[in-house]
Amino acid sequence: MTALTRRTLLVGGALLVGIGPPRRALAASLPGSLKEAPRIDAWIRIGEDGAVTVLTGKAELGQGIKTALIQVAAEELGLAPASLRLVTADTELTPNEGYTAGSHSMQDSATAIRHAAAACRALLTAAAGRRLSLPPESLTVAEGAVAAPDGRRLAFGEIAAGIELDADVPAEGRLRDPATYTVVGRPLPRVDIPAKVAGGAAYIQDIRAPGMVHARIVRPPRPGARLVGVEAEAVAARPGTIRVHRDGSFLAVLAEREYAAVTAMRALARVAVWQGGTPVPEPDALFADLAGRAAKRSLIHEAGTGTPAPAGRRVAAQYRRRYQMHGSIGPSCAVAEFDGDRLTVWSHAQGMFPLRQALAELLALPEDRIRCIHVEGSGCYGHNGADDAAGDAALLARALPGRPVRVQYTREQEHLWEPYGGAMLTDASAVLGPDDRIADWDYAVRSPTHLTRPPGAGQLLSARMLEKPFPAPPPKALPQPEGGGDRNAIPLYRLPRARVAHDFVADMPLRVSALRSLGAYMNVFSIESFFDELAEEAGADPVAFRLAHLDDPRARAVIEAAASRFGWGTALPRGRGAGFAFARYKNLAAYCALAVEVAVERESGRVRLVRAQAAVDAGEVVNPHGIRDQIEGGIIQAMSWSLFEAVGHDAEGPTSRDWSTYPIARFPDVPDRLDVHLIDRPGQPFLGAGEVAQGPTAAALANAIRRAAGVRLRELPMRPELVKAAIGV
Amino acid sequence: MPNLTVNGRTHAVAAEPETPLLYVLRDELGLNGAKFGCGLGQCGACTVEVEGRAVLSCLTPVGVLEGRAVTTVEGLGSPEHPGPLQAAFIAENAAQCGYCIAGMVMRAHALLRAVPHPSEAEIRDALRFNLCRCGTHMRILAAVKRAAGASSAVTGALR
Repeated sequence: MTALTRRTLLVGGALLVGIGPPRRALAASLPGSLKEAPRIDAWIRIGEDGAVTVLTGKAELGQGIKTALIQVAAEELGLAPASLRLVTADTELTPNEGYTAGSHSMQDSATAIRHAAAACRALLTAAAGRRLSLPPESLTVAEGAVAAPDGRRLAFGEIAAGIELDADVPAEGRLRDPATYTVVGRPLPRVDIPAKVAGGAAYIQDIRAPGMVHARIVRPPRPGARLVGVEAEAVAARPGTIRVHRDGSFLAVLAEREYAAVTAMRALARVAVWQGGTPVPEPDALFADLAGRAAKRSLIHEAGTGTPAPAGRRVAAQYRRRYQMHGSIGPSCAVAEFDGDRLTVWSHAQGMFPLRQALAELLALPEDRIRCIHVEGSGCYGHNGADDAAGDAALLARALPGRPVRVQYTREQEHLWEPYGGAMLTDASAVLGPDDRIADWDYAVRSPTHLTRPPGAGQLLSARMLEKPFPAPPPKALPQPEGGGDRNAIPLYRLPRARVAHDFVADMPLRVSALRSLGAYMNVFSIESFFDELAEEAGADPVAFRLAHLDDPRARAVIEAAASRFGWGTALPRGRGAGFAFARYKNLAAYCALAVEVAVERESGRVRLVRAQAAVDAGEVVNPHGIRDQIEGGIIQAMSWSLFEAVGHDAEGPTSRDWSTYPIARFPDVPDRLDVHLIDRPGQPFLGAGEVAQGPTAAALANAIRRAAGVRLRELPMRPELVKAAIGV
Repeated sequence: MPNLTVNGRTHAVAAEPETPLLYVLRDELGLNGAKFGCGLGQCGACTVEVEGRAVLSCLTPVGVLEGRAVTTVEGLGSPEHPGPLQAAFIAENAAQCGYCIAGMVMRAHALLRAVPHPSEAEIRDALRFNLCRCGTHMRILAAVKRAAGASSAVTGALR
C-alpha cells in the first residue's frame, strides 16, 4: 500500500477497512440507496473512540453535498456536524451509488444515510438501555452520548462495541421529528470552502505523491484521425523527459517536472503525423443534418386516445439547440499508480464504480485489483473529460509501474475532446379550444444520446485510439420516467389530449454525453416558450395561462410565489421585458418557477438579464444556502448557455478550443439582482434541485425577449446576431 | 536560477527563467492556491499579486520577477486562520466547486488595495478577467462588498 493510499484510508481517527462487495438483498421497500446497500455499516461506522464516520457513494462536485450529508447524519445521531467525518465515493470503502448525477444525491444518498443513522441511534439507545436497566424510550441521544433522565450518560465509544452495525436498516425506522431539528434546515457553512479560499489541498490537481511523474497527452488534430508516424527520439532525449509512450494513436509524454512535460508535449505534437478523420457537418447545415439522420421513434406519452380531434386554432413551432459544452474551469486531471499487481486511481469523475469497471476492461485486470477514489476537481456539470483523464493515467501508470502518474489536460484538449451536450430539435403543435384552453398537444423531440459514460472501456477516449482499440458501445436512450433526450418532454400541465414522441438519433457527428439536466434544458425551453406562444394566441397572461392548466398544488405554489415576489404584471421601461417559466425537474424532483427581466439593445441584439426571481420547492430543505447556491448557479450558467454558447465546428471538427472561441458569461453579464425563494416542506422527501433551473432559465429569457423586443427566438443560443436578425434592424 | 520572493519568503528557484510563474508556485514551491485553468491568460484561475497588482501567473515568466514581491492566496491566511477577505468569501458561501476562487480572491485583493471602497460597477469591472463556471458570481460580489465594508479588508496580507 502506498503512502497516498494509506493517507486516504485513515479517516475518523480509526483505520477503516474495506467492507467488501455490499450484500445484495431484496430491499425494494427500503428508501434511497438502501435498496443497493441495506446494511447500517455501509453508511455509518463508529470507532472505538466513539468517532463517527459517515460513508457515501456520492461525490462532492461543488454542489455542497458533503455539508448536506453531514447535516442529515448529525441530526439523526445528535452530534455536532464538526465532529463527523465523511468519506465520499471510493470503491474500497463506500457503497456503490453509481454516478453522482441526475440530482439524485439527496434523494438517494441522504435518504439512506438518514435511515442508517436513525437505525444506528436506535441500536445505541437499546444498548445503553440494557447497560442502564432503563427502557430505551426514556433515553435521549445528544452530543455524542446516550443520556438517562437521572443524568447518567454513556458516550458512543462506551457502547459502540456492544452494537452490531452489520445489521440491515429496518424498513420502518423511527426518524427525528422535523419539529425538533437543530441542524437540518439551517445554513451550516460549507465544510469545504475554507481550504478552497486559502490554498489548502482541495483538488485532485493538488495531489503531490512521492515519486510522482507528470504526463501530457498529444491528441489528433481532428476527431477520428490516426497517428501514422512520430519521430520521438529527440523528444525522449530532452532533459527531464522520462519517456514517450505510444500505443496506436494514443500518444503521451512523461516527465519528472510539470513544465518539462508541457514543453515536451509541444515538441512531440510538432513531430506527430496524422491522417484521416471523421467529417462533421458545417454549422449552417447542422439542423438539416440532424433532421435527416435516422431516428428510432418511441411514443412516450399519450392521452385522450379515441377522443375526436378538437376544433380550434392550431399553433405550431420548431425549436433548435446547438452543441454546448461543460467548459470546466480546470481541465481534467487524474493520478494513477500501478504497483505491478494493483492499480489505484484518483479521479474527479462522477462514478468511481463504473470507472473501475471500465478500467478493468481497458487493462484486462480483475476489478478487485483496482481501486478508484474520488477527489474533487473543478466543477464538471456532467460527463466532461474526467473519465478520459483517469483512463489515460491508468494506461500510463501500467507502463511505468511503481510511480504515481499525474495526467493534466490542456485547455484546448478539454474544450475540443470533452463530450458535448448534443444538438437537438423539437416540434410542438397544439390546438387552442374555444375556451382558450389547450385542447390538443403534439410534441416530438429529436435528440442524440445523453449518456456515453463508462462502464464500457470504449467510452474512454484514448481506449478508442489504441493499437487494439475498444470500440465505442452503441449509444442508448435513457428510459422514462427520467429520460435522456426526452427528459421533461412530457409537460406537467393538464392536457386532455396529447402525444409526446422521442426520436432517438443514434449516430452523431460530434461526441456527446450528459450535460447538466440532459434533454430537460431543451424540452423545458421548448414547452415553456410554446406555452407563451399559446398564451399570446389566447390573449392570456402567461402566468394565468399556466395556472389554468395546472392542478399540482406544489407547482402552483412556486409559480404564485415567483410571480408575486417578482412583481409580475408591473409595467417596465421601453426595451425591457419580463418572462416567466416553470418546470418540475424530470416531473419527479424539485419544482422551480422563474421570472426574469431582460434588457434588449435593438441595434446590437445584445440581451442582458437584469434581474431574476426564482421560487423553488425541493421538499425538505437540509441546507437552504446549498439549494439557493445551486439555483443561483444554475440560472447564471443557463443564462450563459442560452445567450452566448454554441460549440463552433467546421468540416474538420470542433473549433471551440479556448475561452476566446467559446465565450461564456463574465461578471458584467450577470444580473443586478437574483433572488431565490425556497418553500420548505419539512418531513417531505428530498427532491433533487441541482439541475432544475436550467430549462426554466432558457425559456424565461426567450419569453422576456419577446416582450422586450417583440421577437420570438426559437434557437439556442439566442446570440446577438440572431436577436438582431429577428428584430430586422 | 532566479530568486523568487513569495509571501515574504525568498526561494532560490531551479526552473529556467522562461518557466511560467504558475509552474514554479505549484510544482516547485508546492503551493495550491494559483490554479491551472487555461495557460492562455483567458480565465484568471492563476491570478496572483505582484507588488500589489493582479497578474496572470500562467503567462508571467519567473525570470522577470527577481526582486519583486509575489503574493498568493496562501499569503492572505490559511484555512484555519483565514484573512479578512477570505473570511468574507467563507461567510458568503462564495464558492461552489471553488476552482476559480483563489484567483477571484487575489483579483479582489488587488482591487481593494487600490480602491478600498469600490462601487459594484468597479468590482464587476475588475473581476471581468476571471471566469466562474458554477455561476457563483452573486456570492462573489457579496463577499467582495462585505470585505470592502470592513475597514481591514486587505490587512490580512503578509505583504
